[in-house]
Amino acid sequence: MDIFKKRFFVTLGLISLLLVILAVLGCSKPVPVELNVSAASSLTDALKAINTLYMQENDYVTIVANFASSGTLQKQIEQGAPADVFFSAGAKQMNALQDENLILNETRQNLLTNKVVLIVPSDSTLTFTDFTGLLNDNVHQIAIGDPASVPAGDYAKQAMQQLGIWDQLQSKLILCTDVRQVLAYVEGGNVEAGIVYATDAAISTSVKVAANAPAEINAKIIYPIAVIMASQNVQAAKDYIAFLLSNEAKAIFEQYGFVVVSQ
Amino acid sequence: MTESILAPLWISCKTVLTTTVITFFLGIAAARWMAHYSSKWKSLIDGIFILPLVLPPTVVGFGLLLLFGKNGPLGEFFSWFNTTIVFSWPATVIAAVVMTFPLMYMSARAGFEQVDINVENAARTLGASEWRVFWTVTMPMAWPSVVAATVLTLARALGEFGATLMIAGNIPGKTATIPVAIYFDIQAGHNDRALILVGIVLVISFVSLAVLAYWKRKMPRTTGFLVSE
Repeated sequence: MDIFKKRFFVTLGLISLLLVILAVLGCSKPVPVELNVSAASSLTDALKAINTLYMQENDYVTIVANFASSGTLQKQIEQGAPADVFFSAGAKQMNALQDENLILNETRQNLLTNKVVLIVPSDSTLTFTDFTGLLNDNVHQIAIGDPASVPAGDYAKQAMQQLGIWDQLQSKLILCTDVRQVLAYVEGGNVEAGIVYATDAAISTSVKVAANAPAEINAKIIYPIAVIMASQNVQAAKDYIAFLLSNEAKAIFEQYGFVVVSQ
Repeated sequence: MTESILAPLWISCKTVLTTTVITFFLGIAAARWMAHYSSKWKSLIDGIFILPLVLPPTVVGFGLLLLFGKNGPLGEFFSWFNTTIVFSWPATVIAAVVMTFPLMYMSARAGFEQVDINVENAARTLGASEWRVFWTVTMPMAWPSVVAATVLTLARALGEFGATLMIAGNIPGKTATIPVAIYFDIQAGHNDRALILVGIVLVISFVSLAVLAYWKRKMPRTTGFLVSE
């Protein structure tokens, strides 16, 4: 063989060897994934703990959590915001996305339930047997989530309507962007009462639970989760949801006061 | 639907007019004071006056909440009179005044400083009191700047959102101004209501700017902040 052919084949051989080495190196670990999780504000603390655990166990995954009211998140997803998983505090928002074909229907499932409670600042002297006590003149302002976009606010409205006090309380209501804002208002003492989830009340040391919502209202509370249709990381999203259904995650949810719905 | 558009409209109307009047007098007073004031504290006071302009509205709102809130100094003061400022209509005015004050102050002050001091001194030599000098000499000459500042104040007060939401909150029918109503309407998916309110704000803003431009052409030329050709 002449010198040129020899050099050609040697070069080809070396390049092939290089490619094989690179391929082997590349295949040995998974491609890093960034998972965008849009979750309801009430899940903030529990999900942060779960996400930390998940990222420790799966170091190629980075979870970027976006917490806001379910209504806000729904709007964001409708407008094309990057999200892989939507963890809502209400079925209404998930239904809206499902109707618009924005979620992978087969990945939708119910994960948690919660309770709605009335909270007051911890130094408050007001006592309540139930929500009807809000009619009292000592209660000047009540913070609730905006019923139109915050599931907890919607449940608050339903509870008040059921008790027949919704119309009378209109002038006292301050509508907030999410439950955590309601919590902040009550903690700051600028409102006499607020309606949040029991799990939100539990994480704060400056508020106390004054009354519970009617049982029929609490029975309606459901937190559905689903993978978003436009997700670029569907398998990773499904793996994440599978982790949320595991016993490890269940323990953390229960630690924060959520009730895990058995599937 | 009409009541959910009329309510924010009415609230914004009240807030903007009240704010413009208050800011007009406060801004001019502060500008007059600082225009020819020289002292080592001048920069500091100037800085404090202009601060709300450079800070994010949510920061200003948070500061106001700490001030007027239940545990804040002014909040406690008002509670002796059985009044709570936060989450009431006056809070919308307070937020808007604080956010528009720097605009009025800066423009008016620039206008006053550009008035030829010799003209003012001439009036003084003729025996005019400071008050008379201000109203008959300084103000007329600085008038274009003052008018421009007032229009800016009006527009800014109409669009004030961040600080308003923090201390006045969203109470439909009581403190929900147009920007707040737009935000919550969009959150709730009531895009039609939001669009109508957006349209109203656009029209008012365009009309204000058009009036200003027309008036600017009609007035004799003068070197004034924001008005010079």
